[in-house]
Formats: sequence, C-alpha cells, structure tokens
Amino acid sequence: MNEKILYSYTGIFDSPDAIIKATEKVSEKGYKKYDVHTPYPLHGMNKAMKLPPSKLGYVALVVGLSGALSALLLMFWMSAVDYPVVIGGKPLFSFPAYVPVIFEVTVLSASIATVLTMLFIFFKLPNNKHPLHDTEYMKNVASDKYGISIQAEDEKFNEAEVIKLLEECGAKNITAIYYDEEEINHKHKILEPKFIGFLLFTALLTSGVSYLTLNKILYMPPFNWMMEQNKLNPQSTSTIFADGFGMRNPVEGTVSRGYLPYPYKGQPEAAGTNLINPLPVTKQILDIGQKKFDIYCSPCHGYNGEGDSRLRGQFPNPPSLHSEKVRTWSDGRIFHVITDGQNVMPSYSSQLNADEKWAVVHYIRALQRALNAKESDLQ
Amino acid sequence: MSVVDYSQELSVVEGRPPLRSLDDLIAKPLEVKPNKKFYIALSITLSMLGLFVIGLALTFWFGIGMWGNNNPVGWAFDIVNFVFWVGIGHAGTLISAILFLFRQKWRTGIARFAEGMTIFAVMTALLFPLIHVGRPWLDGWLLPYPNQHGVWTNFTSPLLWDVFAVSTYFTVSLIFWYVGLIPDFGSLRERATGKFKKIIYSTFSLGWRFSNRHWHHYEMVYLILAGFATPLVLSVHTIVSFDFAVSIIPGWHTTIFPPYFVAGAVFSGFAMVQNVLIAVRKIFNYKHIITVDTLEKMNKIMLVTGSMVGYAYAMEFFIAWYSGVQAETFTFFNRALGPYAWAYWIMVTCNVISPQLFWVKKIRRSVPVMFVIAIFVNVGMWFERFVIVVTSLSRDFLPSSWAYYTPTYVDFMILIGSFGFFFTWILLFTKALPVVSMAEVKAVVDGAQPSHKDH
Repeated sequence: MNEKILYSYTGIFDSPDAIIKATEKVSEKGYKKYDVHTPYPLHGMNKAMKLPPSKLGYVALVVGLSGALSALLLMFWMSAVDYPVVIGGKPLFSFPAYVPVIFEVTVLSASIATVLTMLFIFFKLPNNKHPLHDTEYMKNVASDKYGISIQAEDEKFNEAEVIKLLEECGAKNITAIYYDEEEINHKHKILEPKFIGFLLFTALLTSGVSYLTLNKILYMPPFNWMMEQNKLNPQSTSTIFADGFGMRNPVEGTVSRGYLPYPYKGQPEAAGTNLINPLPVTKQILDIGQKKFDIYCSPCHGYNGEGDSRLRGQFPNPPSLHSEKVRTWSDGRIFHVITDGQNVMPSYSSQLNADEKWAVVHYIRALQRALNAKESDLQ
Repeated sequence: MSVVDYSQELSVVEGRPPLRSLDDLIAKPLEVKPNKKFYIALSITLSMLGLFVIGLALTFWFGIGMWGNNNPVGWAFDIVNFVFWVGIGHAGTLISAILFLFRQKWRTGIARFAEGMTIFAVMTALLFPLIHVGRPWLDGWLLPYPNQHGVWTNFTSPLLWDVFAVSTYFTVSLIFWYVGLIPDFGSLRERATGKFKKIIYSTFSLGWRFSNRHWHHYEMVYLILAGFATPLVLSVHTIVSFDFAVSIIPGWHTTIFPPYFVAGAVFSGFAMVQNVLIAVRKIFNYKHIITVDTLEKMNKIMLVTGSMVGYAYAMEFFIAWYSGVQAETFTFFNRALGPYAWAYWIMVTCNVISPQLFWVKKIRRSVPVMFVIAIFVNVGMWFERFVIVVTSLSRDFLPSSWAYYTPTYVDFMILIGSFGFFFTWILLFTKALPVVSMAEVKAVVDGAQPSHKDH
C-alpha cells in the first residue's frame, strides 16, 4: 500500500429498498460526487439521487430536424438544380415524393446522433480503465447486488465520516477503491511500434486491395463481360467475310451526308457555264469566305490574292487572282478550281463544303473589286 | 396451465428466481462448449447456405436468365423473398419498440431474440435487391453519390425509397440491439474467466459501469429509440408496399396495401419468432423466462393481425367488384380460380383459417399446436407475396402478353439458401450472445423493483 490514491469508498446492499433508502440519506447529507450502481435501472432511483431530466431528447430533436432539412435541400438541389430531369410529368421539385426519404433520413440521423452523444460525450465511453473496473464491487453490482460509491473528490469527503455513514445505512463489504498506479501513469505514445505497425498494415492492405480490384479483378470475368462483347471492332479482322476485313465498304452509290457528288469533274467550261453562286452577298457570308480564304487559300495565294505565297519557294507560287483571266471567269469557273484543283493545286473538297466554297468565291470577288475599283465604287 | 386468471397481471418470470441464477442460465450457452446437436443443426444450415452460394454463383456467372422470370413476370422469387424476409423482421421491432412504448413487460423475455431475428431477417432480405440487378458489384449506383456520370438517383421512385427505408431500418435496428446489449456485455465481462473472452466483452461493453447516472440517460435513449423505431417499422413495410401500389398493375394499384402489408409483416414475423423461440426455450431450458403466458400473448397478436390480413383479402375482392374496373375484377377472379388458384387457396387456408383456431384457449396455450400453426402462417405468408406478385403480372391488361411463370431450380436453391443464411446467423447468435436480455429480465422479476412502501 505505498501511497495509493483513493478513488472512493463503496458499500454493497442486498435489496432495492435498502439501496434507495441509503441513496436518499447520502443525497440528504449533501454529497455531490457519488454514484449508485445497479444491475438494471431501478424505479425511483433518479428521484432519490435528485437527477434532473435527461437532455438527450434535445440532441435527437436538433439532429433530426437538421437531417430532415438537409435531406430536403439535397434532393431539391440534385433533382431540380444540378441535373434536372422530368420524370413521369411531375414537377422537378415534387415534395410529396420526397417525404419517405426525408422521414428515413430524419430517423437515421437522430438515432445515430443520440446514441453516439450518449455513449461518447455524456458517458465518455469507452473507458475500461476506470478505477471501479476489476474490483469485487463491480462483480457484485453487475449481477445481483446494489452498490453505492462515494468519491474522494467530493468536497465533503472525509474517510471516517463516509465509512460511518455507509455503516449506518446498513452497507456490507465497505471497501476503499484506489486508482491503479499503472493506469494513471500510463501515457499513450503515438510512436508505439504496435500502432505504427497497425497503420502500415492498414495502409498496405487498403492500397493493395484497391489496386487489385480496380486494375485486375474488374478486368476478369464476369466483371468485364460488358466490355468484351461478341462484336467486331473497327480495324479488327473477320473470318466471316472473304476479304478478311471486319469493316465493310459502303454499298455502291452511297453518298455521305452533306457531300453531293460533283458532276463536272474535269469539265471546267461546263462548270463555268452551268454553276451559279446560290448565296447572296451579305456581310455574314463574306466573313465566312474571308475566314476560310485566310485559312486554306492565303498560304499560297496571299491574304490579298496577289500570289505572294508565304511558303518561301517550297511550293511553286500561284498566279495572281487579279489577272484579267480570273476576273472575267464566272463564279462557277472559280468554284470548279476549288473543287477539282488546277495544275499543282489540289481539290479543297475535303476542307470546304459547297456553301463555304461559294462564300470563298464571293470573297475573292470582293478582293478583285478592291484592287480594281470602278469609278462608281468611290461614291 | 389449468386455470388462468386474466384479471390479475401475470408475473413475467415464473417463480421469483434469484437474480444470479438468471445470469447463470442466460450466460450458460456462451460458457459451455457447443454440443453435438448444435453441430448437427449448424451442418444442416451450412449445407443450405452452400446451396445459396451455388445458386448465386450460377446467377452471377450466367446472368439472371437462370431464373424463371419471363416477360411479363419480370418480378418473381426475388421480390417475393425480399418482401417475405423484411416482413419477418417486423415482429422484432414491434416487440422491442411498440410493446416497450405500451409498457408490456412480457416483452422482456423475447425482445432480444426477436431483435436479433429482425437484424438477420433484414440482412437476408437486403440480399435480394442486391442480387436481382444481375451485376451486384454495381449496387453502389443505388445510392445518390457524386459520380463520374454526373447524374443522381430518381427520388420519385418507390424503389429508391426502399433503398433508404430498408437500410435505415437495418441500421436503426442494429443500433437499438447494440444499445440493449451493452449492459449485458458488462455482466458477461465480469463473469468472464478467460483472458480472450474478457478482452472481447470489455471492448463491446465499452467499459459499462452500471452507474445510475448512466442508466438515467440510457433509459431516455431507449425511449427515444423506441419512439423512432415505431414509426420506422410502420414506414418500412408501407414503402415496400409502395413498390407495388404506386404502379398501375391491377391487383397492385390499391390504397389498402400499406396497412395490409404492415399487418401481414407483423403476422408472419410473430409466427417466425414463435417457431424459433419454442425451440430455444426448450433447448436452453428457459421455460420460466419465456413462459406459456408470453407465448399465449404472442398468439393473441397473431390472431389479431391474421384477422386483419383476412379482412384485407376480403376487402380487395369487394373493391374489385365495387369499383367496376374490369381489369381489377378479372384479376381477383383469376387469383381465386385461375392458373394460380392452388397458391391462392394455400394462402387462404394458412393465413385466414389457421390463426382463427387461436380463439380456443386450449389451443392458444398448447405449445405443439401453436408451433404447427406458426409454421402454417409462415408458409401462408410466403404464398401471399407469391400470389400478389405472380398472379397480377402473369395476366395483366393484354391477353396476348399473358404467360405462366414457373420457377427454375436456381430459384429454389436461392429460396432454400436464404433460410440457410438466416438460420446460420440464428445458430451463431445463440452461442455468441445472450439470447435473453439479462438486465431487462432481472428488472421485471417479482421483487426486483423497490416496493415504494414509504414513498
């Protein structure tokens, strides 16, 4: 018994009536830091100990209402704001349909919060190091006896008086409970090898399992059966067709959307006489023409169509678009050059669709007119 | 068992046993090695569980085409089993929460076990929605979480309400159960002799000290949880019934479904609790804790809920005729006289006729007879869900799309396996945890509470 620190004096009672009477006495004497231990809740004990009503109901109320409100707001945000989808012709925010989920979330959040608050905040559990643990007293009150424990912390605590009081009440086995030296002097070290080992093990396990799942298991049958299907992918070979190609050529005469076949291939004169520019001259169309001309034509023809190539002789310079010849060409004739190419100039059909070509023709006309303006243009 | 005087409140626990003997008795199964009978029982349930695993493996590998589901019977054994097992769970919450609010002390002997059954039944039930999607590794999509697709779940769908209802029900039941277990873990900790056992019980008891300053809040939490669990249990089967009632299929589209489903759930749940408890009280010698009086009270609840279910059957027929809706009228004729008439009449015999025998006091207090009736009720309630799901779907509006549904062997493997899953948990539970609440039973023994003579 070398300088043990006293925690409390305890006494054991045999009947519920005796413990209630004893508690009333202790409470009347003005002790504050005492506790009664019973194997099950005794009716009337709260009154005897003069305990105020439990405040846990407020926790349930506050958390439950917050849960309800959060559920409502979240559902509103998800289905009416973030990704609105009309389902069954109902309004995006359809409150009646949200009621079940609001109710469930309320119950769930309030129940969890109340229990956690009680255990971890009110009771400060888990606590297996309390001085009352591992005592004969605890063994008794856990089964069929009723005990009272008056703590040394209490202001009125006086060893002799407390023992006398307990004896007066008729308590048996009056014993002193001491703090366990080891337990109060024990300090938790964060760098304990066991703890570090546990952390490492958890980290390795989690990362290993995640890696295997995400990179291996999900690519094994049956998990990959949506990815690997009995179909031919582009560029894959096929045993079904004689030529071994998985991809098929379109049926003869198939025309892609937006690309009509050009009937005047190699017939510049026919194109010049038969094709007429369908587009009106507007600012919008000229803008498109300018944009396309600057992108596709200007590298060789120059921004103004004067044949001043920016390619520094790597490609033969084309003649100027302002020559007498080109100025007298019909729109269709220019359209034909863009479509079919001329000399070293290739076809621009894969870069420009029909409308864009006509817009470019309009723009070329505008350039020509700018360099060879008539008297009337000055007005 | 001779004469019972109903005018007096009966003792919950017979014979005023010493409190320590109750502890000894309840903790005994945890402290002795399991005997041969336990292993035989466990091997049977594990074999059934094996069937379950094989059935699920076939389903996951080859797809749910292994099941008998066809067009139009797209829902069959999967949802029948789901509703059946969720319903079984409802008795536990009714006993632990609703009877607690009504201050029915007789619940203490059976509450722990019934709550345990709730948890195992809901676990079994939860498997069915998870497996019926065919690719259960994508089940996470049921929950509204921020994902790479950018979409959210559909909050106007009863199936989503189901996800919330059943998962909330499971979580709250588990919390309720654990809160009830904490003091018992404390008692077991003090009894434990082995070091290993002591560590486990200390961990789970969280260092419970039986302090009255704790009991004070503890009782409040128990009351709050009971207050939450009561509307929750009613909401769960209501929402399960919405899966049907919100659709427009004749025979499903009725407003009577929520109360009818809740009554049916309590009915079947009590039958299951009854069956298992009769075995438990015999094997573990708990006849004075789970008394015949308690069993009789359970029979009365089965009589009440069974009559409610019978009334609902009759009312469905009446409304089918009274509404004048042709499809509705046909559906009910078809139920009683159509290709599934056999299932319908099994249901009526088991659910409506058999519980009516409980009007007779002798039958109500005879353990073997009530055991048989409870089995009948379980069979009947499974068939009730089968009748509702399959008859309505197999013959709906268009005769050109009618089809007869026949379950496959995989369906039966999963059905039998689900019982194996459930009973394996039950068996492990009886050996791992006290099946009767020690703290609660001790509190209701005669003389365990102060007499308040001088107050």
